Amino acid sequence: MAILVDENTKVLVQGITGGFGGRHAKLSLDYGTQLVAGVTPGKGGQTFDHGDHKVPVFDTVEQAARETGATASAIFVPPAFAADAIMESVDAGMDLVVAITEGIPVRDMMKVKAGIAGSNARLVGPNCPGLVTPGRGEHSQGGCRIGISPGYIHKRGRVGIVSRSGTLTYEGVWQTTQLGFGQSTCVGIGGDPINGTSHLDALQLFNDDDETEAIIMIGEIGGTAEEEAAAWAGEHCKKPIAAFIAGSTAPPGRRMGHAGAIVSGGKGTAQAKKESLIAAGITVAETPAEIGSALVEATGWR
Amino acid sequence: MVAATPEEAGTAAKELGGERVVVKSQVHAGGRGKGTFKNGFQGGVHLVAPAEAAEVAAQMIGQTLVTKQTGEAGKLVRKVMIGEAVEINHEYYLAILMDRATCRPVIVASTEGGMDIEEVAEATPEKILREHIHPLMGLQPFEVRKLSAGLGFKGEPAKQFGKLLSNLYRLFLECDCSMVEINPLVETTDGRVLALDAKFNFDDNALFRHPEIVEFRDTDEEDPREVEASKHSLNYIGLDGNIACLVNGAGLAMATMDIIKHYGGEPANFLDVGGGATQEQVAAAFKIILSDDAVKAILVNIFGGIMDCDVIAHGVVAACREVGLPIPLVVRLEGNNVAAGKATLAASDLNLIAADDLADAAEKAVASIAA
Repeated sequence: MAILVDENTKVLVQGITGGFGGRHAKLSLDYGTQLVAGVTPGKGGQTFDHGDHKVPVFDTVEQAARETGATASAIFVPPAFAADAIMESVDAGMDLVVAITEGIPVRDMMKVKAGIAGSNARLVGPNCPGLVTPGRGEHSQGGCRIGISPGYIHKRGRVGIVSRSGTLTYEGVWQTTQLGFGQSTCVGIGGDPINGTSHLDALQLFNDDDETEAIIMIGEIGGTAEEEAAAWAGEHCKKPIAAFIAGSTAPPGRRMGHAGAIVSGGKGTAQAKKESLIAAGITVAETPAEIGSALVEATGWR
Repeated sequence: MVAATPEEAGTAAKELGGERVVVKSQVHAGGRGKGTFKNGFQGGVHLVAPAEAAEVAAQMIGQTLVTKQTGEAGKLVRKVMIGEAVEINHEYYLAILMDRATCRPVIVASTEGGMDIEEVAEATPEKILREHIHPLMGLQPFEVRKLSAGLGFKGEPAKQFGKLLSNLYRLFLECDCSMVEINPLVETTDGRVLALDAKFNFDDNALFRHPEIVEFRDTDEEDPREVEASKHSLNYIGLDGNIACLVNGAGLAMATMDIIKHYGGEPANFLDVGGGATQEQVAAAFKIILSDDAVKAILVNIFGGIMDCDVIAHGVVAACREVGLPIPLVVRLEGNNVAAGKATLAASDLNLIAADDLADAAEKAVASIAA
């Protein structure tokens, strides 16, 4: 089944006429994703052309959803306009809103988080690589790719992956592909201090998904999201979990690239996170090169 | 008033007048009062008669102040602030910060001002008041009253505190602060409520809408390598080790530092060249890395998802040709077009050490120094 998206999910891209959004819209079309609409205010009526694909562009998300039946949106608009774009998607009734944009002000995200409470929309991100449910074709083609992940490294299979970091997600994906296990869905939840979907949310979704047999959780320093997920998993998760936490060597008080990756006031250290994961029975990889082998250890697969 | 020389400090103190003025070292770190200068002078904050201000400023300016927050290296004091000395009745602590757990601003207040708030929180947690503010409702009058009463303000000082807190909250939002901290907030013997010192942290993501705050940036207070890196949109943080790393992606960059340490090495830096790094950026990154004399080896770790590994390989080769390569360089490439990338590296006459995977790369980097 996979989680959140599958090969039938109809996707629209906000910011499809921009360089970044356009480039990744093409890669998603090549991957086989049902990318049915683009939205750029003022460019409604144009089409976004790629090979045989002619994707209609609309002025508003509401129009795009009504005309095409899209239920998921990918947000590629610049930081200054991203909060507005997220709220527009929520207002238009999108089930899933994936914010790729890096650099959204925290104050904007604070309002968005409060503003979407009570709505049916699920926000993933911001500052994330998006999500992929791999397809069953060659190089996993035919799947649903929302965002900026490289599609070809995936393989449809039985591991659910959730991560705060893009490139570390790819490490986990690549290792599980090479081991032949493949992935059900890979969710990048993003590196910002305020995000829509947490590690815990993703674990719960994977726990209820028939196709997911084991989970890889990749975290990093800052905040307490990993600890909260571990506390829940220790009590309720039916599936084996392998994890990696980045940032053991990060100096306190410094932001390590991601806005949310900071140890402040002695809180959010890699050590504390690893200890709570281990206490919850989760297998923790010592290095990112050992994510795959930690999964093998957790599952007993070979 | 801020002074960059003892003479300016003296003039400022004379202008302020009164019986006493306060002279404060201006550095981006707290704990100044209990700090020590490397010249032996005690304390980064002094209360003196206006006539003595220049003399005290002369002991501070151009000297290095070491406090709990600066680390052993300390911070060079380039400026001092001269302020009015007031008769203090009581010192309080007041801060507003972004609380990640609740995704809301939280106001933190305490009657134990003028001290290290983390120690207060540790020893007497009941003396810390916290009020979470709804992001869409904003600060409500009852929340102000709760905090005011909690701190024991009555009458005119309570009114003054309320006004100060409301203004501070507005400032916190309008300036996109991630933290404002007033320590101490004081009630004077004549019933005034004043902020005697303040520390502001700003959300980097929001600086685009605050050119007036960007103006305040003092690059003298920052690591010159980090300043140079920021000019090239590189994310660089200097560390104390000797194995430098160049990585794409923040998470992978952190994990690369960790794996160097895991195999017995010490990382010299955090460096994320981002998802769309150009040849110029890679070259700039190499120059910054090589400007650090402590660096004895370099580890390049790239997982080229969308990015073409061959483009990275050309970037690395060009950068090495341009800046020279006096130390071992270990390269791990994986991902898109990796075969062509590896071929490009192999075909160059550079003395590169190729690695198969991340563990192999870290081991080889550590071994290259030991040899």
